[in-house]
Amino acid sequence: MEFRIPIDQWADFIINYLRINYRSFFRSISGVIESFVSGFEGLLLVVPVIIVVAIVVAIAWKMAGRGVALFSLAGFLLLLSMNLWDQTARTLALVLTSTVIALAIGIPLGILASRSDPTERIIRPILDLMQTMPIFVYLLPAVMFFGIGPVPAVIATVVFAMPPAIRLTNLGIRQVPAEMTEASIAFGSTPMQMLTKVQLPLALPSIMAGVNQCIMLSLSMAVIASMIGAGGLGAVVYRAITRLEIGSGFEGGLAVVIIAIILDRITQSVGKGTTRKVN
Amino acid sequence: MSKIEVKELYKIFGSHPREALVKLKSGRSKEDLLQKTGHTVGINDANFAVDEGEIFVIMGLSGSGKSTLVRCINRLIEPTAGTITLDGEDITKLSAEKLRVMRQKKIGMVFQRFALFPHRTILQNVAFGLEIQGLDKATREEKAMTVLETVGLKDWSHVYPEQLSGGMQQRVGLARALAADPDVLLMDEPFSALDPLIRKEMQEELVELQERLKKTILFITHDLDEALKLGDRIAIMKDGIIAQIGTPEEILTNPADDYVESFVTDVDRSKVLTAENIMFRPFAIVRDDDGPRVAVRKMQEEGFSNIFVVGPERVLLGIVTVEKALEAVKNNVKDLHQILDADIPMTAPDVLVQDLLPMAVTAKVPIAVVDENKRLKGIIVRVSVLAGLSGMEVGDDGVPHTD
Repeated sequence: MEFRIPIDQWADFIINYLRINYRSFFRSISGVIESFVSGFEGLLLVVPVIIVVAIVVAIAWKMAGRGVALFSLAGFLLLLSMNLWDQTARTLALVLTSTVIALAIGIPLGILASRSDPTERIIRPILDLMQTMPIFVYLLPAVMFFGIGPVPAVIATVVFAMPPAIRLTNLGIRQVPAEMTEASIAFGSTPMQMLTKVQLPLALPSIMAGVNQCIMLSLSMAVIASMIGAGGLGAVVYRAITRLEIGSGFEGGLAVVIIAIILDRITQSVGKGTTRKVN
Repeated sequence: MSKIEVKELYKIFGSHPREALVKLKSGRSKEDLLQKTGHTVGINDANFAVDEGEIFVIMGLSGSGKSTLVRCINRLIEPTAGTITLDGEDITKLSAEKLRVMRQKKIGMVFQRFALFPHRTILQNVAFGLEIQGLDKATREEKAMTVLETVGLKDWSHVYPEQLSGGMQQRVGLARALAADPDVLLMDEPFSALDPLIRKEMQEELVELQERLKKTILFITHDLDEALKLGDRIAIMKDGIIAQIGTPEEILTNPADDYVESFVTDVDRSKVLTAENIMFRPFAIVRDDDGPRVAVRKMQEEGFSNIFVVGPERVLLGIVTVEKALEAVKNNVKDLHQILDADIPMTAPDVLVQDLLPMAVTAKVPIAVVDENKRLKGIIVRVSVLAGLSGMEVGDDGVPHTD
């Protein structure tokens, strides 16, 4: 006699149950995300590309210095010369949307986890699950709930990119020296005052590392998300691979790398700027 | 009435502190509790009262419970049992909201490792407590600036803590604690992390500051010299128990038990002993209306070659040597005023023994200890200065001896 726990049947049942009974709920989420993505994308495409480049270069200059600014300028010129701006705009819109959602959920969860050990104990295995479960396993249910297109891509990306934001927010707050929180309490802070005036500012380098990781993971999902019709640079790579066009595949891949480096350097410098004062 | 009163205060760390407390009170030992139930006794029945405007030093080695005790006062650590009253109000029974208000307005705290906020400028650090109270920016920065001036750091208001030396950082820590003008200051080993010279400087500054501010200060230290220097009164703690409470002098001259005594024997006595401690009763004195004959006779009786002359109410007039007195008797001079020498070494009772050394070396006659009205309190002979320095007892007869 064979003993078997029918996890597969349970999963199927839950997915089907949710899909049938919460159709309108998923529709409305879908609508919100869709408008986010197309909003960001539209913004990037409506504004003349030269202005977008100027803004990114200016931010890079201010935050990360001249080197990164020059690299950004060169990188964008390369993107434009490869004629990949439209796809880049879509990818950036996906990354932005996913990151905003992941942070909007992840940072508060990280704060919650830092404030109580039981919460942390509950959240931690869920994060392990989110990070190690093969992406395709939840890419498909996402498609079942939201159809194909950018929406399931964003959902899957959020699931994949959120854990570091939670983990590093939690870690950052827990690493605030006890004497700082003690001083804060001794002067009569409420828990909220302590959080906003002492813990979050001191945890900022760690939180920014989480933001950085979140953005990088979102970007790394860009290629995979193209398989479910998210579009963007991933689609360039995916199409090239399926047609064995190595050259244009390389172009798409290079574009992803350029965007990744620019975003990484800029967000890393935000974290570093505060570390100087902390140490 | 005392400013702060602590009664029957206990702190027990562990999972079931109340049950452990019952066991402790029923006579189980600390070691027994730790081994059998895993509970640590942090404070064991502490009782003391701090007067308004007093520096009350709690001194003990690490693990003696002194930091725990001071943290119970503002409930950074919740006491297991007992009462702590500040201005008659029981702190242990305050609601969370009332406790916050008390921390904001009545109790300032200074920390061993400064605990300044690295992301805030000096001014923002000092203004922190006022910001927490909800004061607007202009008001709180103005107040913070005033306090920064008090500690001599107003030119540094816009730099960050890491740019200051340890001593300066702790002055900021002090300014932050003073900013809300609290009645009570809790100082948890505030100078322990500083270099010895800076520490000394800060101790002197605190004494000066305290003369102006008259705060009620609970000062924690593991350094007996510091305790003796700053404390109006000192509580010595060991294993969570207060072993003795007293003025520095009481602690030094009359240690309650072997533990306190073992501390005290290491003290550099010249830094704490004063003229008062080593002087002895002036037995060879004459009244100014007694005349030279009486003076000579008293000197003969006592075997001294000179004698102090006092007026009404023992006001010191000067000294008469045996030669001059004999000469006066021969020449039939009746008035001691004509032969006394008024230019003699004198000192106040609270002068440190180490500061008496130069005087003792050059003085040819005993040093007279006089109060502010020039009344003769006692005399010090050279040998008792040296005896005081070496830690020997000086008997009532003025002769040093060891136990």
